[in-house]
Amino acid sequence: MTGSCGLVEREMQVNEPVLMPRLSRVAVCGGTHGNELSGVYLVRKTLKTEKRKEDREMVSVQMVLSNPRAVQQCRRYVDTDLNRCFTHAMLNGPISEGAPYEIIRSRELNAMLGPKGSRAAVDLLCDLHNTTANMGLCFIAYSDSDWICLHIFKYLQKHMPDTPMRFIHFDVSNKESYSLDSIGKHGFAMEVGPQPHGCVKSNIYTAMKEGVQHMLDWVGYFNSGCVFEGGFVDVFTMVKNIDYPRDEDTRNITATIHPCLQDRDFCLLHPGDPLFQTFSGETLTYKGNEPLYPFFINECAYYEKGIAVSLARKKCITIPSIWLTTEEEERVSEQSFASEEQE
Amino acid sequence: MSSGNNNNAARIDAARRVAIFGGTHGNEMSGVTLVNLWMQNSAEIQRKEVDIEPFITNPKAVEKCVRYVDTDLNRAFTQENLSVTGGDELPYEVLRAQEINRMFGPKGTPEAYDVIFDLHNTTSNMGCTLILESSKDAFNLQMMNYIKKAFAPASCLVLLNEHPLLKYSTSRSVAKHPVGLEVGPQPQGVLRSNIFEAMRVILKHALDFIELFNEGMEFPPCTVEVFRVLERMDYPRDANGNIIAMVHPNLQDCDWEPLNPGDPMFQTFDGKSIHYQGSTTVYPTFINEAAYYEKQQAFVTTRRETLVANAIRKA
Repeated sequence: MTGSCGLVEREMQVNEPVLMPRLSRVAVCGGTHGNELSGVYLVRKTLKTEKRKEDREMVSVQMVLSNPRAVQQCRRYVDTDLNRCFTHAMLNGPISEGAPYEIIRSRELNAMLGPKGSRAAVDLLCDLHNTTANMGLCFIAYSDSDWICLHIFKYLQKHMPDTPMRFIHFDVSNKESYSLDSIGKHGFAMEVGPQPHGCVKSNIYTAMKEGVQHMLDWVGYFNSGCVFEGGFVDVFTMVKNIDYPRDEDTRNITATIHPCLQDRDFCLLHPGDPLFQTFSGETLTYKGNEPLYPFFINECAYYEKGIAVSLARKKCITIPSIWLTTEEEERVSEQSFASEEQE
Repeated sequence: MSSGNNNNAARIDAARRVAIFGGTHGNEMSGVTLVNLWMQNSAEIQRKEVDIEPFITNPKAVEKCVRYVDTDLNRAFTQENLSVTGGDELPYEVLRAQEINRMFGPKGTPEAYDVIFDLHNTTSNMGCTLILESSKDAFNLQMMNYIKKAFAPASCLVLLNEHPLLKYSTSRSVAKHPVGLEVGPQPQGVLRSNIFEAMRVILKHALDFIELFNEGMEFPPCTVEVFRVLERMDYPRDANGNIIAMVHPNLQDCDWEPLNPGDPMFQTFDGKSIHYQGSTTVYPTFINEAAYYEKQQAFVTTRRETLVANAIRKA
């Protein structure tokens, strides 16, 4: 599928593919937030069924229930949001006896699937999430140049044409990256909505299940030596968040997302467009100076984080063809990795 | 039933004490927001010659934005709970129920509030729903008839839960005339403007009715279409009690639409359909309400009925 760019660079198709190492270990995590149920049920279901046909495609797939205590209580988290606990500082700093459950758990996950930044980390980590926002299926990643993630996205777009799909980029450095997917050498969150927390909607579950299945199929093909042709992908890079208007004293919200904006994730928001509606019926408009793409519109969990809506710029990026690296090349690159680690 | 004959109108006391409950479930945001608004500025809900009190029933749950802290407040108003002693040992919501019963009841006595509106949201696609606890409450039936007509052409349906086993002891049940307002779909913890506005408008009509009634207006006999609760349908579960299927995509969001014998009802995680085995057509509602997973309820079935309400007039 092509992106929305007008200009096609013919030279791209003739370029050498970028060589990338095999993805030997894949982790699929659900229940990072205990009330986002599609991932919980998907992981649980897969844990119960027969071993996957891993050997053929030379990949091991680990299904992980990230936050079992929160899952058991059907809450987002017990003490603190697990999906903010994976910065290098939080994973490696000193830890006290009464540490929050999620801090302890994040270190367990880091030991199991990481350590973050090391050679032992899983090759690919897909973290499953739901949102109350009308976002369809989104990949959320820290990089706009991780060709593995971008190719998987492109593959899903092609094989799930009826599912609205977007790639969201949070421009956060590896040092500051805070979510579970940053543990893997390659990682992304798969976010599917709209679904209320604590609910399983069959169409949402099916979309996530198919997305994960296609991802694993892609990994299998890649590991078998298929070349994946380059192309174009529209990427939405997060620019800023807007909070609800709040009462000065109580900090309670005094307006809600305007009905014209509700459910219109990824529909361009122009300066002057309605943004909020106060409880007395007044319309508050978007005051930015450039049109941006809204997403996470009215996500339940973000009220406490002070986010009513996130805004992104869209750009079309060119992704190269990619191909499995040979064993010789992999050995050479491992040696250079080892010497980098020593520095 | 003859109309226009004043002697046939049932005489009912004027409604002088009315309460509006929000936050009975702390994460159902329309009611929480409306009640907080009205506690700051009650101009919108004031009516002549009636005291209307907005009240947050479960403040701890509201503060944490959870349905409940220890136990579901909207199931807590049983006679046993209301009379049990035990002080601080008791679950928070049981203590709360006792306090609410003191303030707005006691339940079943002449001192109880005349009307209590209890504001709720649901993740189900129920639209605007009024919940009735007794088919014999002419005052409530007339109010609901009035609201439906005033709200038209928008739809406002009536759910009757009079089932001896499935009926439960709600916070509003301390009043002589309990009225539930359920508006959805809205995720827990989220405030959607259209849902918020709908609830606000329905309450406005309800209070207008009370004012008209208190002024002496006679309401002639009327019929009210209701959906009567029949049975609760749980999710299919395995031997360990885990859910093994989801509401079928054909049923999801189809509250109030007919479910015929043989229609798809659930879909397993592998994609297989499970069909409705009942012998008659039913009308499901509360389809896929998030809070009901733990109550073993995927949806309830109802049947359509037409109730007749006597003419009523202030005593």
